[in-house]
Amino acid sequence: MTLRTTLRQVALLGAASVALLCASATAQAPKLKVGLMLPYTGTFAALGVAIENGFRLYVGEQGGKLAGRELEFVKVDDESDPAKATDNVNKLIKRDNVDVIVGTVHSGVAMAMAKAAKDNGTLLIVPNAGADAVTGPMCANHIFRSSFSNWQPAYAMGEVAAKRGAKKAVTITWKYAAGDESVKGFREAFEKGGGQVVRELNLPFPNVEFQALLTEIASLKPDAVYTFFAGAGAVKFVKDYAAAGLKKTIPLYGAGFLTDGTLEAQGADADGLLTTLHYGDSLNTPRDNAFRLEYAKAYKLQPDVYAVQGYDAAQMLAIGLKAVNGDLGKKAEFAAAVEKAKIDSPRGAFTLGKNHNPVQDIYLRQVVGKENKVIGVASKQLADPGRGCRM
Amino acid sequence: MTLSWFLVQCLNSLQYGLLLFLVASGLTLIFGIMGVINLAHGSFYMIGAYMAYALAPLVNATLGGGFFTTLMIGLVLAVALGYVLEWAFFSFLYEREHLQQVLMTYGLILVFEELRSILVGDDVHGVAPPPWLAGSVPLGDLMTYPVYNLFISAVCLLLALGMWFVLARTRLGMTIRAGSTNREMVQSLGIDIQFLYRVVFAAGVALAVLAGMVAAPASSVYPGMGNQVLIICFVVVVIGGIGSIRGALLAALLIGFVDTFGKVLFQQAAGVLVYVLMALILLWKPDGLFKAS
Repeated sequence: MTLRTTLRQVALLGAASVALLCASATAQAPKLKVGLMLPYTGTFAALGVAIENGFRLYVGEQGGKLAGRELEFVKVDDESDPAKATDNVNKLIKRDNVDVIVGTVHSGVAMAMAKAAKDNGTLLIVPNAGADAVTGPMCANHIFRSSFSNWQPAYAMGEVAAKRGAKKAVTITWKYAAGDESVKGFREAFEKGGGQVVRELNLPFPNVEFQALLTEIASLKPDAVYTFFAGAGAVKFVKDYAAAGLKKTIPLYGAGFLTDGTLEAQGADADGLLTTLHYGDSLNTPRDNAFRLEYAKAYKLQPDVYAVQGYDAAQMLAIGLKAVNGDLGKKAEFAAAVEKAKIDSPRGAFTLGKNHNPVQDIYLRQVVGKENKVIGVASKQLADPGRGCRM
Repeated sequence: MTLSWFLVQCLNSLQYGLLLFLVASGLTLIFGIMGVINLAHGSFYMIGAYMAYALAPLVNATLGGGFFTTLMIGLVLAVALGYVLEWAFFSFLYEREHLQQVLMTYGLILVFEELRSILVGDDVHGVAPPPWLAGSVPLGDLMTYPVYNLFISAVCLLLALGMWFVLARTRLGMTIRAGSTNREMVQSLGIDIQFLYRVVFAAGVALAVLAGMVAAPASSVYPGMGNQVLIICFVVVVIGGIGSIRGALLAALLIGFVDTFGKVLFQQAAGVLVYVLMALILLWKPDGLFKAS
């Protein structure tokens, strides 16, 4: 690991000095330094790559330049390790002097990045991590998010569950920040719609022994179960839920990550599940079709929600840069332009709320075959309340 | 809290406990009896699970499939892997201090994880149970219970019985136990201890791989899965008493019950209950429940 990182850093340093020489020789505007702090190893490696691909796709579409400035990327593998996050982000800010940071996937790492960005006044665009606090208490006029807050899909699902007539619901998740925030969002909307969360079940992260809690659900006999799991936990939970015979009797609702990137592993046990997210398969809009085609051509891969979020992070950067003519010193003008803009995302156009989190349609999706088919809009132009945000 | 709820939770506890024993059985052999601290045990478990995922289609294509055929091929590969690892790395460790064993086996974890990433990628995969075990049985009006989970429990019981028999009742078992107490003495009696230990180590690896292969359909297959079971395996062996099969089985069942009921009744403390149990037992019996004499 260390050797590879060192080699990469040496290579980057070399590239940087060459780039510097070139820039001074031609006396152009200096390149814009973009720090990509994403997971390139570990469980979330595929997500980090998708985000970078999306980002580069948009830059490529603009001819490799944003607001007339060429881009230079400095990459750091954050390993989704919160313990190394502060060091990693400080390297980008202090050593590499990047102009803007894009990252990351893991919420704990993103919190450390938001703090460092706030302390140093560095521009930060978060292309995934959903921690409510990033656009809550940690919000700042130079911190933006192109993805979602944990509250958003959960709140939308609470509305859906209530509308479908459920009165009693049980929630089940891992006991950690993302799970807690998601359950809170669900409870808020579900109880507003006349339902009641009768029990909040949870287990320590990343424990996957669900059997005891499934038995508990069976004995509570709720009308609906809401869950927030992702990755391996999502796969096992969906399979165990079906194996316990609960899928037939108690509808399972989840935040979209329950069935994103996991359908191949979940197989038939996921068929028919309802989830909410700001993106899905077969949206079938001209904008999304064009994006999917371009992405598939460029990377020989189908894009996912992470690629979209990376793509939109680049769009947001481009809009702000254009407004300040490439001069990132003008933070207030940059923020004002991005706040006013309508971002032409493959997910559907969205704007940013006061707290710089997307105000967006949250789709209701159903698993059909191996796809998360969009079957409607669960909540139109849903804005995160941005609790605790003072700008 | 009804009677049927209680009985189902007891079944859950039993089933989880037996699964824990299955996973920890290989460690009982390598750590408990040979005395080598093997942090890579979780990696062997992961290798087993990935074998179940990757071998099944291959076996299907070449030999026409079969759950047990796949298991057998996996086991043969595992014994070979264990044999080579012992020869190349572990045979140098018996006389060394524990810190060096920890360092080397930790290194092996990194190597295996990286190899897994290169060879199979970082995606989560599901493994289908064999069709004849895919059904489920109704359990009162509450829920259904997957037949495969019952199959896992049966495998565990058989394995526990087999291990106990070999170690406690056969000449081979006696030699192994003697070797763990005094290597030189056993050697001086004309027994090829080096070869014997190589075989025991290979058997330990094979047990971990078997656990991974058997557990794969129930637990799915994902990066880092070995690290999740590693700690709990050590807890099982330590609570049970180093080197005792009986102790490991009892400890696994105890943990199964504490974890299952703890998750439901004391949700806030669910993460620490198992370790509280370990601390209490070690206070009461510093050598674990059954220390092998």
